[in-house]
Amino acid sequence: MAHPSQLGFQDAASPVMEELLHFHDHTLMIVFLISTLVLYIIVAMVVTKLTDKLILDSQEIEIIWTLLPAIILILIALPSLRILYLMDEINDPHLTIKAMGHQWYWSYEYTDYEDLGFDSYMIPTQDLTPGQFRLLETDHRMVIPVESPVRILVSADDVLHSWAVPCLGIKMDAVPGRLNQTAFITSRPGVFYGQCSEICGANHSFMPIVVEAVPLEHFENWSSMMLEDT
Amino acid sequence: MSGNFEEKIKNYRTAPFDARFPNTNQTRNCYQNYLDYHRCKKVLSAKNQKTTPCEWYRRVYKSLCPIAWVQKWDEQRQSG
Repeated sequence: MAHPSQLGFQDAASPVMEELLHFHDHTLMIVFLISTLVLYIIVAMVVTKLTDKLILDSQEIEIIWTLLPAIILILIALPSLRILYLMDEINDPHLTIKAMGHQWYWSYEYTDYEDLGFDSYMIPTQDLTPGQFRLLETDHRMVIPVESPVRILVSADDVLHSWAVPCLGIKMDAVPGRLNQTAFITSRPGVFYGQCSEICGANHSFMPIVVEAVPLEHFENWSSMMLEDT
Repeated sequence: MSGNFEEKIKNYRTAPFDARFPNTNQTRNCYQNYLDYHRCKKVLSAKNQKTTPCEWYRRVYKSLCPIAWVQKWDEQRQSG
């Protein structure tokens, strides 16, 4: 989850997010290097006492400052395309979950075997127990088995919403009448938080998403328990 | 053939990748399987045959389609 005064991404919990993180670091480093170089050149130009009124052109430097940006752009584009195709890989999910956005809560449906469905409301601030996160906790979490490919089908019941979990590198719009598919694998067990990412009315900021990745036996126990409760 | 099919149903985990619907929008995938199931059932029932082959479509549409959509379509079918 996010930490106070955080600047970078949250720790990755899925292989795709790890790749995105590394790509971001790689590209940002290039950006910093270019900016530093340009700043240095500007300062050098401003403070220098050298003047030559007869410089008109220079073939060499023109070639350099044409080729170098092209090479840098290729160095950025290649990892970018690699990740793009990686995200688009055909995966064989073990589980399908439907996340339906409502005003103002999410509901999750696990219908591969039995019909399990439940709502996930935010826990109001006054009902939080010590140690819980404000505006991020929900009464029911979306539990998934760790290290299993999961397919999420996102849709909405009323207005546009968006199902986002930054740790997993997922953001998918929830459009009424449309079923959007996204998939992921969690590389480690844990609890991952996200928030609705499309303005949907008064309580748009108060419909968080909590994904809990647990070992398979715990997942099976949880789903049996949830089925008994509902 | 039917032995394979029964094994496929028994080992069913979730709706597999369907090459007819490779993109993000899976609305048509859900709807198509729902239609296929009910058509299959209708055709086989009309011929007085067992509707076991339709089970695959039923499992897939149950996995993919939101419960609310299925209920709405069932109501629409009932009211003609």
